[in-house]
Amino acid sequence: MTFQTAIFYIFSAILVFAALRVITTRNPVHAALWLVLCFFTAAGVWILLKAEFLAIALVLVYVGAVMVLFLFVVMMLDVNFDSLRTNFRSYVPVAAIVGTLVLLEMALVIVGARVGTDVAPPTMAGSNTKALGRLIYVDYVYPFEIAAVVLLVAIIAAIALTHRTRKATKHQDPGAQVKVRREDRVRLVNMTSEGRE
Amino acid sequence: MSLLTAPTLAHYLVLGAILFAISMAGIFLNRKNVIIILMAIELMLLAVNLNFIAFSSYLGDMGGQVFVFFILTVAAAESAIGLAILVLLFRNAGSINVDDLGKLKG
Repeated sequence: MTFQTAIFYIFSAILVFAALRVITTRNPVHAALWLVLCFFTAAGVWILLKAEFLAIALVLVYVGAVMVLFLFVVMMLDVNFDSLRTNFRSYVPVAAIVGTLVLLEMALVIVGARVGTDVAPPTMAGSNTKALGRLIYVDYVYPFEIAAVVLLVAIIAAIALTHRTRKATKHQDPGAQVKVRREDRVRLVNMTSEGRE
Repeated sequence: MSLLTAPTLAHYLVLGAILFAISMAGIFLNRKNVIIILMAIELMLLAVNLNFIAFSSYLGDMGGQVFVFFILTVAAAESAIGLAILVLLFRNAGSINVDDLGKLKG
Protein backbone atom coordinates (compact mmCIF):
# COMPACT_ATOMS: atom_id res chain seq x y z
CA MET A 1 0.00 0.00 0.00
CA THR A 2 1.50 3.26 -1.07
CA PHE A 3 1.38 6.44 0.93
CA GLN A 4 -1.08 7.91 -1.59
CA THR A 5 -3.49 5.00 -1.11
CA ALA A 6 -3.36 5.32 2.64
CA ILE A 7 -4.10 9.05 2.41
CA PHE A 8 -6.96 8.37 -0.01
CA TYR A 9 -8.61 5.83 2.29
CA ILE A 10 -8.19 7.98 5.39
CA PHE A 11 -9.72 11.02 3.70
CA SER A 12 -12.51 8.93 2.15
CA ALA A 13 -13.40 7.38 5.49
CA ILE A 14 -13.56 10.79 7.17
CA LEU A 15 -15.56 12.19 4.24
CA VAL A 16 -18.15 9.41 4.26
CA PHE A 17 -18.48 9.48 8.04
CA ALA A 18 -18.90 13.26 8.09
CA ALA A 19 -21.48 13.07 5.29
CA LEU A 20 -23.43 10.49 7.27
CA ARG A 21 -23.33 12.74 10.33
CA VAL A 22 -24.58 15.69 8.25
CA ILE A 23 -27.77 13.89 7.36
CA THR A 24 -28.38 12.19 10.70
CA THR A 25 -27.41 14.70 13.35
CA ARG A 26 -30.08 16.32 15.45
CA ASN A 27 -28.78 19.87 15.62
CA PRO A 28 -28.47 21.82 12.34
CA VAL A 29 -25.49 23.74 13.71
CA HIS A 30 -23.68 20.45 14.18
CA ALA A 31 -24.78 19.41 10.68
CA ALA A 32 -23.21 22.58 9.27
CA LEU A 33 -19.97 21.91 11.17
CA TRP A 34 -19.87 18.31 9.89
CA LEU A 35 -20.40 19.69 6.41
CA VAL A 36 -17.36 21.93 6.95
CA LEU A 37 -15.36 18.80 7.78
CA CYS A 38 -16.74 17.23 4.57
CA PHE A 39 -15.47 20.14 2.52
CA PHE A 40 -12.04 20.08 4.17
CA THR A 41 -11.54 16.37 3.49
CA ALA A 42 -12.93 16.73 -0.03
CA ALA A 43 -10.33 19.44 -0.59
CA GLY A 44 -7.72 16.94 0.57
CA VAL A 45 -8.97 14.38 -1.96
CA TRP A 46 -8.91 17.04 -4.68
CA ILE A 47 -5.28 17.84 -3.85
CA LEU A 48 -4.59 14.12 -4.24
CA LEU A 49 -6.05 14.48 -7.74
CA LYS A 50 -3.66 17.39 -8.43
CA ALA A 51 -6.38 20.05 -8.49
CA GLU A 52 -4.76 22.40 -6.01
CA PHE A 53 -6.47 25.60 -7.10
CA LEU A 54 -9.95 24.16 -6.80
CA ALA A 55 -9.11 22.59 -3.44
CA ILE A 56 -8.06 25.98 -2.07
CA ALA A 57 -11.08 27.62 -3.69
CA LEU A 58 -13.33 25.02 -2.08
CA VAL A 59 -11.95 25.80 1.36
CA LEU A 60 -12.01 29.57 0.85
CA VAL A 61 -15.36 29.88 -0.92
CA TYR A 62 -17.30 27.08 0.70
CA VAL A 63 -15.96 26.90 4.22
CA GLY A 64 -15.17 30.61 4.33
CA ALA A 65 -18.33 32.02 2.81
CA VAL A 66 -21.16 29.60 2.12
CA MET A 67 -20.92 27.61 5.35
CA VAL A 68 -20.62 30.79 7.39
CA LEU A 69 -23.80 31.95 5.66
CA PHE A 70 -25.46 28.66 6.60
CA LEU A 71 -24.36 29.02 10.21
CA PHE A 72 -25.61 32.60 10.36
CA VAL A 73 -29.02 31.60 9.02
CA VAL A 74 -29.31 28.57 11.30
CA MET A 75 -28.45 30.63 14.36
CA MET A 76 -30.63 33.57 13.30
CA LEU A 77 -33.79 31.52 12.87
CA ASP A 78 -35.42 30.66 16.14
CA VAL A 79 -36.83 27.34 15.04
CA ASN A 80 -37.83 24.41 17.18
CA PHE A 81 -35.73 21.86 15.33
CA ASP A 82 -37.05 18.92 17.30
CA SER A 83 -40.49 19.43 15.80
CA LEU A 84 -38.91 18.99 12.37
CA ARG A 85 -37.73 15.53 13.36
CA THR A 86 -41.08 13.98 14.10
CA ASN A 87 -41.53 10.74 12.18
CA PHE A 88 -37.78 10.79 11.55
CA ARG A 89 -37.52 7.05 12.12
CA SER A 90 -40.35 6.29 9.74
CA TYR A 91 -38.38 7.84 6.88
CA VAL A 92 -35.32 5.67 7.53
CA PRO A 93 -36.44 2.64 5.44
CA VAL A 94 -37.34 4.60 2.32
CA ALA A 95 -34.16 6.70 2.61
CA ALA A 96 -32.05 3.56 3.01
CA ILE A 97 -33.74 1.89 0.04
CA VAL A 98 -33.34 4.91 -2.24
CA GLY A 99 -29.73 5.46 -1.17
CA THR A 100 -28.79 1.82 -1.70
CA LEU A 101 -30.52 1.72 -5.08
CA VAL A 102 -28.70 4.82 -6.30
CA LEU A 103 -25.41 3.50 -4.98
CA LEU A 104 -25.94 0.06 -6.58
CA GLU A 105 -26.84 1.54 -9.94
CA MET A 106 -23.76 3.74 -9.98
CA ALA A 107 -21.53 0.91 -8.76
CA LEU A 108 -22.91 -1.38 -11.49
CA VAL A 109 -22.09 1.21 -14.12
CA ILE A 110 -18.60 1.84 -12.80
CA VAL A 111 -17.63 -1.77 -12.11
CA GLY A 112 -19.47 -3.24 -15.09
CA ALA A 113 -17.90 -0.85 -17.56
CA ARG A 114 -14.49 -1.28 -15.91
CA VAL A 115 -13.99 2.45 -16.00
CA GLY A 116 -10.41 3.48 -15.55
CA THR A 117 -9.27 0.61 -13.40
CA ASP A 118 -6.00 0.38 -15.24
CA VAL A 119 -5.48 3.94 -16.37
CA ALA A 120 -2.60 5.84 -14.87
CA PRO A 121 -3.10 9.58 -14.56
CA PRO A 122 -1.03 11.47 -17.10
CA THR A 123 1.52 13.74 -15.56
CA MET A 124 0.49 17.33 -16.05
CA ALA A 125 3.48 19.56 -16.27
CA GLY A 126 3.51 22.98 -14.73
CA SER A 127 1.29 24.74 -12.28
CA ASN A 128 -2.34 23.70 -12.01
CA THR A 129 -3.40 27.25 -11.23
CA LYS A 130 -1.57 28.61 -14.27
CA ALA A 131 -3.15 26.07 -16.60
CA LEU A 132 -6.62 26.69 -15.15
CA GLY A 133 -6.18 30.45 -15.38
CA ARG A 134 -5.06 30.22 -18.99
CA LEU A 135 -8.11 28.12 -19.78
CA ILE A 136 -10.56 30.39 -17.95
CA TYR A 137 -9.25 33.68 -19.29
CA VAL A 138 -8.66 32.52 -22.87
CA ASP A 139 -10.94 29.68 -23.89
CA TYR A 140 -13.77 30.14 -21.41
CA VAL A 141 -13.70 33.90 -21.02
CA TYR A 142 -17.34 34.49 -22.01
CA PRO A 143 -18.73 31.77 -19.70
CA PHE A 144 -16.52 33.31 -17.01
CA GLU A 145 -18.17 36.70 -17.55
CA ILE A 146 -21.58 35.04 -17.36
CA ALA A 147 -20.56 33.45 -14.06
CA ALA A 148 -19.77 36.93 -12.78
CA VAL A 149 -23.25 38.08 -13.84
CA VAL A 150 -24.78 35.07 -12.06
CA LEU A 151 -23.03 36.09 -8.86
CA LEU A 152 -24.22 39.69 -9.29
CA VAL A 153 -27.79 38.48 -9.76
CA ALA A 154 -27.42 36.34 -6.64
CA ILE A 155 -26.23 39.34 -4.61
CA ILE A 156 -29.09 41.53 -5.82
CA ALA A 157 -31.66 38.79 -5.35
CA ALA A 158 -30.52 37.97 -1.82
CA ILE A 159 -30.59 41.64 -0.79
CA ALA A 160 -33.90 42.34 -2.52
CA LEU A 161 -35.51 39.30 -0.90
CA THR A 162 -34.42 39.92 2.65
CA HIS A 163 -34.31 43.71 2.77
CA ARG A 164 -37.18 45.28 4.63
CA THR A 165 -37.88 48.95 5.23
CA ARG A 166 -38.66 49.76 8.81
CA LYS A 167 -41.39 52.28 9.37
CA ALA A 168 -39.90 53.72 12.53
CA THR A 169 -36.61 54.81 11.01
CA LYS A 170 -36.16 58.49 10.14
CA HIS A 171 -34.31 59.15 6.95
CA GLN A 172 -33.98 61.84 4.32
CA ASP A 173 -35.48 61.43 0.90
CA PRO A 174 -33.14 63.36 -1.41
CA GLY A 175 -35.52 63.08 -4.34
CA ALA A 176 -38.32 64.75 -2.43
CA GLN A 177 -35.89 67.37 -1.18
CA VAL A 178 -34.83 68.30 -4.68
CA LYS A 179 -38.35 68.23 -6.02
CA VAL A 180 -39.69 70.64 -3.43
CA ARG A 181 -41.09 73.94 -4.71
CA ARG A 182 -41.46 77.30 -3.10
CA GLU A 183 -45.20 76.84 -2.73
CA ASP A 184 -44.68 73.77 -0.57
CA ARG A 185 -42.65 75.58 2.02
CA VAL A 186 -43.70 79.22 2.03
CA ARG A 187 -47.29 80.28 2.49
CA LEU A 188 -48.17 83.90 1.82
CA VAL A 189 -51.16 85.13 3.73
CA ASN A 190 -53.09 88.27 3.20
CA MET A 191 -54.22 89.93 6.35
CA THR A 192 -55.23 93.40 7.19
CA SER A 193 -52.75 95.27 9.26
CA GLU A 194 -53.93 96.41 12.57
CA GLY A 195 -54.37 100.12 12.89
CA ARG A 196 -52.39 102.18 15.34
CA GLU A 197 -54.37 102.79 18.42
CA MET B 1 -9.59 -3.49 -9.14
CA SER B 2 -7.43 -4.34 -6.21
CA LEU B 3 -8.20 -2.27 -3.16
CA LEU B 4 -4.63 -1.69 -2.11
CA THR B 5 -3.06 -0.43 -5.30
CA ALA B 6 -2.59 3.26 -5.91
CA PRO B 7 -6.03 4.91 -6.17
CA THR B 8 -7.42 4.56 -9.67
CA LEU B 9 -10.20 6.48 -11.38
CA ALA B 10 -12.70 3.88 -10.18
CA HIS B 11 -11.78 4.57 -6.54
CA TYR B 12 -12.73 8.22 -6.92
CA LEU B 13 -15.88 7.44 -8.89
CA VAL B 14 -17.06 5.01 -6.21
CA LEU B 15 -16.34 7.62 -3.53
CA GLY B 16 -18.40 10.13 -5.51
CA ALA B 17 -21.21 7.61 -5.90
CA ILE B 18 -21.22 6.90 -2.15
CA LEU B 19 -21.37 10.64 -1.37
CA PHE B 20 -24.18 11.17 -3.86
CA ALA B 21 -26.18 8.25 -2.43
CA ILE B 22 -25.68 9.53 1.13
CA SER B 23 -26.92 12.98 0.24
CA MET B 24 -29.87 11.56 -1.67
CA ALA B 25 -30.81 9.47 1.36
CA GLY B 26 -30.38 12.64 3.43
CA ILE B 27 -33.00 14.46 1.40
CA PHE B 28 -35.47 11.63 2.04
CA LEU B 29 -34.48 11.38 5.69
CA ASN B 30 -34.81 15.07 6.56
CA ARG B 31 -37.73 15.83 4.33
CA LYS B 32 -39.18 18.34 6.80
CA ASN B 33 -36.11 20.46 7.44
CA VAL B 34 -35.28 22.81 4.58
CA ILE B 35 -31.85 23.70 5.98
CA ILE B 36 -30.64 20.09 6.01
CA ILE B 37 -32.08 19.61 2.52
CA LEU B 38 -30.01 22.56 1.29
CA MET B 39 -26.93 21.06 2.94
CA ALA B 40 -27.63 17.71 1.27
CA ILE B 41 -27.82 19.50 -2.08
CA GLU B 42 -24.41 21.07 -1.38
CA LEU B 43 -23.10 17.58 -0.61
CA MET B 44 -24.53 16.29 -3.90
CA LEU B 45 -22.78 19.04 -5.82
CA LEU B 46 -19.57 18.12 -4.01
CA ALA B 47 -19.93 14.52 -5.20
CA VAL B 48 -20.52 15.69 -8.77
CA ASN B 49 -17.48 17.97 -8.54
CA LEU B 50 -15.41 15.04 -7.31
CA ASN B 51 -16.39 13.06 -10.40
CA PHE B 52 -15.54 15.99 -12.67
CA ILE B 53 -12.12 16.44 -11.08
CA ALA B 54 -11.36 12.71 -11.12
CA PHE B 55 -12.14 12.45 -14.83
CA SER B 56 -10.26 15.66 -15.54
CA SER B 57 -7.20 14.39 -13.73
CA TYR B 58 -7.20 10.91 -15.25
CA LEU B 59 -7.97 12.03 -18.80
CA GLY B 60 -5.46 14.87 -18.66
CA ASP B 61 -8.11 17.38 -19.74
CA MET B 62 -8.33 20.60 -17.73
CA GLY B 63 -11.82 21.35 -19.08
CA GLY B 64 -13.41 19.37 -16.26
CA GLN B 65 -11.80 21.60 -13.67
CA VAL B 66 -13.17 24.69 -15.43
CA PHE B 67 -16.62 23.14 -15.13
CA VAL B 68 -16.08 22.54 -11.42
CA PHE B 69 -15.20 26.22 -11.15
CA PHE B 70 -18.52 27.18 -12.73
CA ILE B 71 -20.42 24.67 -10.59
CA LEU B 72 -18.87 26.24 -7.48
CA THR B 73 -20.02 29.67 -8.67
CA VAL B 74 -23.57 28.57 -9.39
CA ALA B 75 -23.76 26.57 -6.14
CA ALA B 76 -22.70 29.60 -4.13
CA ALA B 77 -25.37 31.71 -5.84
CA GLU B 78 -27.93 28.96 -5.30
CA SER B 79 -27.26 28.62 -1.60
CA ALA B 80 -27.28 32.40 -1.09
CA ILE B 81 -30.67 32.77 -2.76
CA GLY B 82 -31.99 29.61 -1.11
CA LEU B 83 -31.07 30.87 2.33
CA ALA B 84 -32.56 34.29 1.56
CA ILE B 85 -35.82 32.59 0.61
CA LEU B 86 -35.58 30.55 3.80
CA VAL B 87 -35.22 33.68 5.94
CA LEU B 88 -38.15 35.28 4.13
CA LEU B 89 -40.20 32.14 4.62
CA PHE B 90 -39.48 32.04 8.33
CA ARG B 91 -40.40 35.70 8.64
CA ASN B 92 -43.74 35.23 6.90
CA ALA B 93 -44.80 31.74 7.94
CA GLY B 94 -42.95 31.41 11.25
CA SER B 95 -41.78 27.93 10.35
CA ILE B 96 -39.38 26.18 8.01
CA ASN B 97 -41.29 22.93 7.95
CA VAL B 98 -41.76 21.68 4.40
CA ASP B 99 -45.27 20.55 5.32
CA ASP B 100 -46.29 24.15 6.03
CA LEU B 101 -45.31 25.30 2.56
CA GLY B 102 -48.36 24.04 0.71
CA LYS B 103 -50.05 27.39 0.63
CA LEU B 104 -49.89 27.69 -3.13
CA LYS B 105 -51.85 24.45 -3.45
CA GLY B 106 -55.35 25.03 -4.77
